Amino acid sequence: MRTLRFLLQKEFRQIFRNRTILAIILVVPAVQLMILPLAADYEVKNINITIVDLDHSPYSQKLISTITSSGYFRLTGYNRSYKDGYKLIENDKADLILEIPASFETNLVRDNENKVFIAVNAINGVKANLGGAYLGSIIGRFNNDIRLDLVHAPRFSPRPTIEVVASNWFNPWMSYDLFMVPGILAVLVTMIGGFLTALNIVKEKEVGTIEQINVTPIRKHHFILGKLIPFWVLGNVVFTIGLLISWLIYDIVPVGSLGVLYFFVGIYLLAVLGLGLLVSTYCETQQQAMFIMFFFMMIFILMGGLFTSTDSMPDWAKMVTKANPVTYLIEVMRMVILKGSHLRDVTKHLAVVFLFAIVLNGWAIINYKKTS
Amino acid sequence: MDKVIQTSRLTKRFGDFIAANEITLEVFQGEIFGFLGANGAGKTTAMRMLCGLSKPTSGTATIAGFDIYKQTELIKRNIGYMSQKFSLYDDLTVLENIYFFGGIYGLSNKQLKEKSTELIERLGLKRESSKLVSSLPLGWKQKLSFSVSVLHEPRIVFLDEPTGGVDPVTRRQFWDLIYDAANKGVTIFVTTHYMDEAEYCNRISIMVDGRVEALDSPTNLKKQFNAKSMEEVFYQLARGAKRGD
Amino acid sequence: MKQFITFLKKEFAHVLRDKKTLLILFGMPIVQILIFGFALTNEVTNARILIVDQAQDDISQQIIAKISASRYFEIENIISDASQIDRAFQQGIIKMTIVFPANFSSNLAHENKGQIQLITDASDPNTANTLANYASNIIQDYQRETNTLISQPFEIRPEVRMLYNPQLKAVHNFVPGVMALVLMLVCVMMTAVSIVREKEMGTMEVLLVSPFKPILVMIAKAVPYLLLSLINMVTILLLSVFVLQLPVNGNILLLFGESTLFIITCLTVGIFISVQTSSQQAAMLISLMGMMLPTILFSGFMFPIENMPMPLQIFSNIVPAKWFYIIVKSIMIKGVGFSGIWKETLILAGITVFLLAVSLKTFKIRLS
Repeated sequence: MRTLRFLLQKEFRQIFRNRTILAIILVVPAVQLMILPLAADYEVKNINITIVDLDHSPYSQKLISTITSSGYFRLTGYNRSYKDGYKLIENDKADLILEIPASFETNLVRDNENKVFIAVNAINGVKANLGGAYLGSIIGRFNNDIRLDLVHAPRFSPRPTIEVVASNWFNPWMSYDLFMVPGILAVLVTMIGGFLTALNIVKEKEVGTIEQINVTPIRKHHFILGKLIPFWVLGNVVFTIGLLISWLIYDIVPVGSLGVLYFFVGIYLLAVLGLGLLVSTYCETQQQAMFIMFFFMMIFILMGGLFTSTDSMPDWAKMVTKANPVTYLIEVMRMVILKGSHLRDVTKHLAVVFLFAIVLNGWAIINYKKTS
Repeated sequence: MDKVIQTSRLTKRFGDFIAANEITLEVFQGEIFGFLGANGAGKTTAMRMLCGLSKPTSGTATIAGFDIYKQTELIKRNIGYMSQKFSLYDDLTVLENIYFFGGIYGLSNKQLKEKSTELIERLGLKRESSKLVSSLPLGWKQKLSFSVSVLHEPRIVFLDEPTGGVDPVTRRQFWDLIYDAANKGVTIFVTTHYMDEAEYCNRISIMVDGRVEALDSPTNLKKQFNAKSMEEVFYQLARGAKRGD
Repeated sequence: MKQFITFLKKEFAHVLRDKKTLLILFGMPIVQILIFGFALTNEVTNARILIVDQAQDDISQQIIAKISASRYFEIENIISDASQIDRAFQQGIIKMTIVFPANFSSNLAHENKGQIQLITDASDPNTANTLANYASNIIQDYQRETNTLISQPFEIRPEVRMLYNPQLKAVHNFVPGVMALVLMLVCVMMTAVSIVREKEMGTMEVLLVSPFKPILVMIAKAVPYLLLSLINMVTILLLSVFVLQLPVNGNILLLFGESTLFIITCLTVGIFISVQTSSQQAAMLISLMGMMLPTILFSGFMFPIENMPMPLQIFSNIVPAKWFYIIVKSIMIKGVGFSGIWKETLILAGITVFLLAVSLKTFKIRLS
């Protein structure tokens, strides 16, 4: 036990004297939390539309003004032909083309089949989906409105209609920040915990001080604990800083219990630190360690459901997400912070992360040989 | 006299390459034993095995009475080590390093206090005791490193090329420290390729191409090879070496 | 010249010897392509939902059947107790609840209006919107089908065509971005760290004292990574075309030319960073935070730049990856020729030249 105390003293001293690490702990959370949500706004605004009106009738004009006043679209072109409109799409000046055919009003008034043509730049799938959906619903509403104009009362008999009412829970202002920030917190804790641990141990290898440790009677588990504990503390500090920033800047206050959050983060950190430890046992230089950690982190973060939904993934990918500790953390963060989930809701997640912690640290301990 | 190091045909292979070939030697308590050889001859490999840092491929050995395969942790408790690269932490102060390594070896708080004061006085580092080790000149770092390695009064201390890169005066001071430790009963096992340092040892061995090609006192070796200096002895032995510079 | 070749050989030896890093260097683009190409998608499918059916009549059953058949939804559970909804969301499994109130059918029959309630988990606003849309559409479809006897008069029917990417595959968006990311990572980080390593170890001074011009030292360090990056580029292209079925609609030579330009730009960034820093840790950090993050954020492939606040949009203009992304998309997907991308090419070239000049100047100042 005494040995551990000496080890911890040394580690903490070294950490506080290392300006780079201190900068990372303070600056990185701030930067990530402030810039990422600003930049990572998936909310779709300002869809550029160009309209080809071949009819030039009062009704076509009315449709156009309904579209432009809806607030979803920006009219960036008014062309004479589909070909001209297409050029705008090529130059990324328009995301959609709406072509109103020449006989639009005539067909409408005579109740003949009446089509409008929409071409969507589908390179960006999200925009395409939403742009198409918005335009569709605007046209639908326009349709309903003029139908009331055109129809004479006796011909129109009331029919049963189903009305769909939608309400949005947990995020009344539909703010994308609320979605991103907990996820970013998760990424923060993961990256800092993993990277710093791995780099720290490999640095000792590179510089040679690890040999001096290997020659002493320091037991393996003491050495590893001596490395884990300081970074575990740091991980929690970073998490706290992150929570503070979320509160100060985004007004995000966890709906659920802070205790549950910290408890989960505590165990999760053990797993992530274990990963850093494990990687460090396989690397000789800091460059290698950094590269390998980055590789794993990238996979974990992308496949963790941060930006895209895990539900939509193919089955084999879903299995990968199940083997990814970050997935669980991101889920728990969102669940507890946004929905107020309780401890019993996350027991499954806890169990899995705990298992990870045991496996990764165990593997690292077995790998780390004082005698080679 | 007690044999603190006893090896029999100790060998280390890396694939097809035999770094240390059937090393057989004995070192007695209180000796200053010089382990010489050209670069690449296998000195460091052999020493790492004796320290418990590297597992031998074959052969047997006991260090301070403990078996090199089964009792490495016990060996480590009874030895000191000073590596070629710096063994002290650059970003900790002199005092912090002393306390750390002393504490690791199980010295009590009282002992730590006493010994650290003693050490700092002996080395004249009073003004530097709260400075980071990185700010010390090389010679002082080395002397400090050595003193820390014998802080816990081990039975043997292993020194791997401890005096590389310092001026002759500092080297002389360093050897004064070694003599002090030897007088207190610590066995010194030192590798070097400075031939004049060989003269300071009780006995030396010379490794060539992984094998121990000579083992005796400097005087006897000079007689045996009809040489006037250790350099000549070395030159005669190492001339036909295939490995090294 | 001969000296240069010797130096070059040494650099290649260094790089090739580090097997672990090489493995990752080549493995990374492959893994990224797999992930982006197959796993990540902006499409919303198989969303797990909860149904609260308090009506439990023909109509609700039929609608539920339609929803169940849709590939967008996966019905997790059908219950009849509305008080369970809160818990269900908190357990984190479902994204939306569809509620058929008890008097749904009677309302429909007597008052000609029946209400179905959609409750979405709006933690992810876009998914919530999309799911609500899909559900509404399915319900409207159902209405249209069952009310065919009484058809809707005066109907405007939109005909929608998806351009370039009819299946809304995310690949078209991601692959050019992945290219930019991987090239950026290798060239910037590896080059910077490699040069700084020599500085740290002190061997740089030895080189500087030699008759070898320092600029040649840096170029020699960058060349192996140039070659590795080109190989990576080819790998990514091959994978995209054959495994992801991403078409290359434009001129392949042009694509290669532009890629080589971008690689050189990244190498220059690496050299620039190495001149400014003196420790490996710092070089790594700056490469990661200073280059990687902006590339992911501001190149435009993950997040639309036009959504960002103005200052960030302006900032995105100095991120080389942004221009490269536009170039690749234009060539590969839209089939545009050089005339369409000369502006972006010029900007990339400009950035390269600027960085190189500044690096050289800083380096010379340091020396004197």
